[in-house]
Amino acid sequence: MKPPRFGYHDPETVPEAISLLERLDNARLLAGGQSLMPMLNMRLAAPDHLIDLNRVAELSYIKEAGDVLVIGAMTRQRDVEFDARIRSRCPLMHEAVLQVGHRQTRNRGTVGGSLCQLDPSAELVAVAAAMDAVVTVQGPKGARDITFSEFPAGLMTPALREGELLTSVRFAQWRKGHGHAFIEFARRHGDFAIVSAAALLEEDGGKITRASLTLGGIAPAPVRVTAAEKALTGATPSAALFRDVGEICRKLDVMEDVHVTAAYRRQLAAVLSRRALEKAHERVAAN
Amino acid sequence: MSESRRINVTVNGAPREAEVPVRLTLADFLRHGLELTGTHVGCEHGVCGACTVLLDGRAVRSCLLLAVQANGRAITTVEGLATNGALHPLQEAFREHHGLQCGFCTPGMLTTLVEFLRENPDPTADEVRVAISGNLCRCTGYHGIVDAALAAAKRQRA
Repeated sequence: MKPPRFGYHDPETVPEAISLLERLDNARLLAGGQSLMPMLNMRLAAPDHLIDLNRVAELSYIKEAGDVLVIGAMTRQRDVEFDARIRSRCPLMHEAVLQVGHRQTRNRGTVGGSLCQLDPSAELVAVAAAMDAVVTVQGPKGARDITFSEFPAGLMTPALREGELLTSVRFAQWRKGHGHAFIEFARRHGDFAIVSAAALLEEDGGKITRASLTLGGIAPAPVRVTAAEKALTGATPSAALFRDVGEICRKLDVMEDVHVTAAYRRQLAAVLSRRALEKAHERVAAN
Repeated sequence: MSESRRINVTVNGAPREAEVPVRLTLADFLRHGLELTGTHVGCEHGVCGACTVLLDGRAVRSCLLLAVQANGRAITTVEGLATNGALHPLQEAFREHHGLQCGFCTPGMLTTLVEFLRENPDPTADEVRVAISGNLCRCTGYHGIVDAALAAAKRQRA
């Protein structure tokens, strides 16, 4: 197999990349290439131009600004996996990234690439939804911020305007001692999940004071289960509570495809959300 | 519009220069351009792991990289693992522990495990299984490969 013909451009700065994106017709940005390259090899994508971001060094970093983690778009998933700050302060992301593809794909795959690809089951997309991440995009008219709930414009389509590219993403850390869990169900380790669940809990005096529950894989973009979060906040954690919240998740609208029926997705949504909450709660207790 | 570029790469320690079409994958460049056919091409869309090589020491799928992207970088293929005719400890362990049958997946298994054992010199069997979860083998059932990886790790620690 070989990709269709394209013009190849490898800018070294963000402004150069933006000007190429503005100037060239039918151009695609190439980040880590772990989704786009297979699409090119199979000729499911046929851009006239490829703008390779791999030599844009300024897009690869992990920084802390107060209690906010800022990750550059071209940071490899592997660098997230091995970053001590992310592991200790953003453990949900650490747990999730270990479930992204395989070591060879994490060595190339990037945070920004995954967020823009917006696969419905992608782990980092679910984490961004769970943590109310804010992405920064830059284009010919300058930079702007987009809250993650506004970022998916449709199935696998980010809310980027013409000539814009994602440059970084910010994650506000949860309070020290919070509980987290990212679990997913896939047929094989490393596959895209059928359904994934991300849970974050803060507790105080035996009560849940803050909760985030996200389901991936059930809809075109990850779903924050606000009804569940409302039921959890202020409640006393118990097996019964987490089971009831699982039942809330069973009632969500879900996708159906040739491999997985809606009923099966609902069952997974109920079970995985319960398990994620139980695990997150145990980790609060352990902290 | 059949664009090409001149690239300089270091392959198994030796500098190589070539003119490559920009759409050529690194896997095809290694096999057809440099005649290093030890790197195997299976699925060509990043699923099977047979084409894994080390790019600046990191295991990557060479079917998902363009040869032009390797410009200025160092690549190690399975041909580069042995030194002065002596097999790499992993290669020896594969031979001793029945880690290969048809040999198709072997180059990808070896390059993946070279990186893994460098990071984790004393892994458990489960950790080895996760490390090679992106490499498909249709012959051995993986038992021999896991045994070989553990034996090589032990030998390298000694």
